[in-house]
Parts: sequence; structure tokens; C-alpha cells
Amino acid sequence: MYIVKRLLTMLVTIWVIASLTFLIMKIIPGDPFASDADVLPEEVLENVRAKYNLDEPIPVQYLMYMRDLATFDLGISIQSETRDVNGIIADGAPASALLGTQALVIALVFGLLLGIIAALNHNKFLDYLSMFIAIIGISIPSFILAPLLIKYFAVDWGLLPVASWGTWEHSILPSFALAATPLAVIARFMRSSMLEVMNQNYIKTADAKGLPVTKLVISHGIRNAILPVVSFIGPLFVFLITGTFVIEKIFAIPGIGRYFVDSIFNRDYPVIMGTTIFFSSILVVTLFLIDLSYRFIDPRIKLTSGGE
Amino acid sequence: MDHLLEVKNLEVHFKTYGGEVKAVRDVSFHVDKGETVAIVGESGSGKSVTVQTVMGLIPTPPGKIKNGEILFDGQDLLKLSKKQMQKIKGSKIGMVFQDPMTSLNPTMKVGKQIEESIRAHQSLKGNEIKKRAIEMIRLVGISNPAERYDQYPHEFSGGMRQRIMIAIALACQPKVLIADEPTTALDVTIQAQVLDLMKDLKDEMDTSIILITHDLGVVAETAERVAVMYGGIIVEAGTVEDIFREPKHPYTWGLLESVPDITKDEKKRLVPIEGSPPDLFSPPKGCPFAPRCKYAMEVCVEEMPPAFDVGEDHHAKCWLNDPRTPKLEDLVAAGREA
Repeated sequence: MYIVKRLLTMLVTIWVIASLTFLIMKIIPGDPFASDADVLPEEVLENVRAKYNLDEPIPVQYLMYMRDLATFDLGISIQSETRDVNGIIADGAPASALLGTQALVIALVFGLLLGIIAALNHNKFLDYLSMFIAIIGISIPSFILAPLLIKYFAVDWGLLPVASWGTWEHSILPSFALAATPLAVIARFMRSSMLEVMNQNYIKTADAKGLPVTKLVISHGIRNAILPVVSFIGPLFVFLITGTFVIEKIFAIPGIGRYFVDSIFNRDYPVIMGTTIFFSSILVVTLFLIDLSYRFIDPRIKLTSGGE
Repeated sequence: MDHLLEVKNLEVHFKTYGGEVKAVRDVSFHVDKGETVAIVGESGSGKSVTVQTVMGLIPTPPGKIKNGEILFDGQDLLKLSKKQMQKIKGSKIGMVFQDPMTSLNPTMKVGKQIEESIRAHQSLKGNEIKKRAIEMIRLVGISNPAERYDQYPHEFSGGMRQRIMIAIALACQPKVLIADEPTTALDVTIQAQVLDLMKDLKDEMDTSIILITHDLGVVAETAERVAVMYGGIIVEAGTVEDIFREPKHPYTWGLLESVPDITKDEKKRLVPIEGSPPDLFSPPKGCPFAPRCKYAMEVCVEEMPPAFDVGEDHHAKCWLNDPRTPKLEDLVAAGREA
């Protein structure tokens, strides 16, 4: 029951996002052919506009788009007539997804580790070192970190390819560049959460059972400390997705990030709509999965369809 | 005779930003096999710190054990390594804490939390461990133990959680059970049940109990011997009869006086002990109770009283018990005459 209700809400959410995007997109002045207006005769422009139904009133255009969307047809790119938006997403998504997922894993693994180490060595050298690394991660934007990584790991030491996409090695540097900030944020989150948990009474109980420190930390500390971090993964995932625009540009990666940005400049309406809907679907699904995972991490949380 | 557990001249300080808190000063007491010793005193008197030091639960830093010995089974617990101490905690000495609502891990099944302690100390196999855990749940008076085993702490009431805590503490049949205000956070009716349970299990398992409380009613009902703590020191110690019938320290008098008498119909004001406890950052060099004591003499402020023997195994740290001090009864009598 809960899941059915959630799935319906998710659909509504995506519909609202799509509608708002459509509205905002139409409010931006200009259209896909604005730059051609000087060169092309008025009649030609009108014909082209008519081809894409841009001569219809906006509510009609909206209904037509929604009709297509309902059948998962995202339309054809205006910029490159030969490609449909479904195809663009299918081509670009794997690279972006690999990048985002790898970055998420890196951020989680190293962020949690750093946070735990810091908390267990509270106010000692390792704590200061971890938090120093975290501060650097937070304060250096990816567009500065990425060129630095390229300079050292690719150019100077020749360990990894400079840019572009192909083998798995190509994905290492961009993944790390993308992961740096969320890694640092997770580390700080985990540290404070872990510090709080390790001061709880149940840790004292576990200590009084004569359990070794490793057990205290792993079975009693981390599981409880990780909860607030899990709720942070949703926004983090969004950060990683939006972060890919910059990283994909710097490393020349054929993901969908660049279509998202370019389409707005070109007023490539179907691509703007397509990529936005795609990203928001991922976000909504991620949040749903996180809510489901809560249930397994924290037995106190029972998922209900509300009103109870 | 050797005592089962003997604390000798224990001294525990805490470093804080405000300075060093002298939480426990020169505390000595002992527990024999099968007996219940109560430690009473108001908040901040050092009761909890004392027993947590016995359990090795005082974080150092900020805590610092300045002096003393804790003899258990012939060895000094304070000299043991962390590893050696882990073998004693939970196995030879079990502990129940004050607040059952926060003392259990919220994300772990209670059965598993009992098992942990068994697994850490006994060489039982998987199935036997589970059996033993369920047996413990049954033993502490919870019905449907097999189903309860799979539940989480939030599915238990406060009293039930405290029963689980007792099950954890007794899972390995320890020689000593330390109960740090085990009933303070519970309803009065539940308090009695939990105390009865502890008494029954104590007899069944032949365990000694160190019971920390500030409830004198609880003391009278459960303990054989009592230590009264004030300002980080044990001001008076003796059997329950000694303490309730023949108290020899003004602080004990004050404690007993402040218990309301519910058997009388007439309405009486509660009798508090006026004043507030001493500042343990810089405890007075004399008796810590002197500033609040109606009978304080010059010497009380100047010099810490030694433990005067006022009976067999009954002693009080109060100058009134010095043979040189005129008997209080005489003074009162003299006052009447004058």
C-alpha cells in the first residue's frame, strides 16, 4: 500500500516538474531559430516553426508534449534533426551514470572512513588531519581540482589518461574530481554523528559487556551513526548529477550533462524537457529507494502511507 | 577473610576546562559473596563514578585514577590491561544502568544484545547461545521469550527494557552485579517489580549486588550493608540496622529525617538538609558536610575526620565520634538544664 502510494506520488512529482520546466522554458525569450532570423526569410522561418508546432498556442503545445510524454516519446532534437531525445539520453546516460555512481561510491567509502577515523581519534592528530582533508575538499571547487588532478596524475606522472572516454582508466580521474566535495561533506557529517553515538548510553552498555573496541565501533557505533548520512545521499546524488556538467566538459566525456547545458543555450526545447525529466526521474527514484532502505537500517522507522 | 570485591582508598579526578573535579576521594568499601551493598548519596556525590571505575568505564582522559586499588578475586583491576579487563567486564562483573530507555542499542534486536555478552565470554555454539539468550529473557520474567528475542528495544516498555538490561548483565552469571540506580527512571510499581526480580535472581545465581540509589526505602528493603556517600567520600558505612537505627553521621541523620512519614495523618513539612553540596573543584580541606552541618565544630572545617569505628564493621567519618568530643546527648541535656 505504501509503495503504491509512493509510486503515484512520484509520477505526480515528475509531472509537476515537467510542467514547470515547460512553462519556464517558454518564458525564456527567443526560440530555437532566433539566431537564424537574420539569414532566413520570414516565410521559411514560419514554415520551420510550424514543423515543430511552435506556431500553436502554448497550452496546445503543452498538451501535445504531454501526450507524447505519456508514451515515453521525448521528441526529436531541434538542433540535430537526425537524433531523437530518447536516443541522446540512451547514448549519454551510461557514461554519466558510471561517473556518478563511481563518484558516489568513492565519496561514501572514503567519506565514511575519514569521518569514523576522525571521530575515534577525537581531538587527536588523525582527527585534525581528516578534517583538514575535508575542509580542502569542501573549499576547492571541482573545476579547480580537476585540472590539478590532470596536471599531476596525467601530465606529470603519466599514470592515467588526460581526458576523453573509452577505457575504465578514463573514468578514474573524473570520478575522483567529482567525488571530492561530497566526500568531504560526508566525512564531516559522519564525524559529528559518530561522536554523538559513541557518547550514548548503549555504547557504555556494550562496553560493560566486555566487548572489544572494534565490536563497539562496528556493531554499535557505525550502524547508528550512519542514519543521518543516509538521508544525505539523496541531495548528494543530485549534487553529483549536476556536478557532471563541469566534469564532463573538462574531461571531454560524452555524457548527457553537456546536452543539458547546451540545449538551454540553443533553446532546444525537446532536449531541455527530455534531460530535465530524465534527471528528475532519477532523483525521485533515488529518494524512494533511500526511504525504503531506512526501514532496514533503523527498525524504529515503519513506512506507512500516512494518517496513522 | 578475603572479600570478593574490595575497593581501597580510591581516588578519581576529572580534568575539565574549569579545573580538576575531585569526584571520588579516598573511598574504601568491600562486598562479600552473596551480599547486597547499597551506596546512597545525593546527585554528584561520586556514587556512579565509583562503580564505573570498578567496571573500567571511566574514560581516561578526562578521568584520572589518582590512587587506590580495586581488588577482585585477588587481583587489582586497576592494574589489568584493557584486554584482561574485557574478560572480567560482563562475565565476572555485570552492570545495569540508570536509564533503560537509552541503554539499549535501538538498531539491534534485544536477543542479539544479550547474545553478544554470552558470545564474548562463553564457548557456546550458535544454537546454544540463542537458547541461553531466550532462557535469560524468560528468567527476567518476560513472557513469550522466543518472540521477544526478535524484537527491538522500542517495542519494549521502560520496565521491560530494564529487565532486558538485567538479562544482559546476568547472562554470564557474574559474581558481582552493579546496579547504578536501576529503578530511578521507572514507575513506582515497576520499581518494586524490578527490585524483586533482582533479589530473586541474586539468590538464584548467588551473585553479590552493589546497588546505587538515593532511595532509602529501596536500601532498607534490599541491602545488607550501606555506604553513605557525600562530596566524593564515604561518610558512613555499616549494616542496614546500623545506618537506620544508630546513624553516627549528621548527614545520615539528615537523609533519614528528610524521608516523609506517610503513616501519620498530620501534615508535616518535609525536612530538607539546608545548603548545597560542596564544590568538588576545590573541596574543603575539612569535612565536606561541615558547612551544612548543625553540629559543626571548629575542627570540622580545619581537618578531615578519619573513619571512626563506632561499632563492628560500622564507621563514620565525623568528629562527633571522637572520644574527645563531648557526647551530643550530654550537650543537649546541658542545654536543657541551662
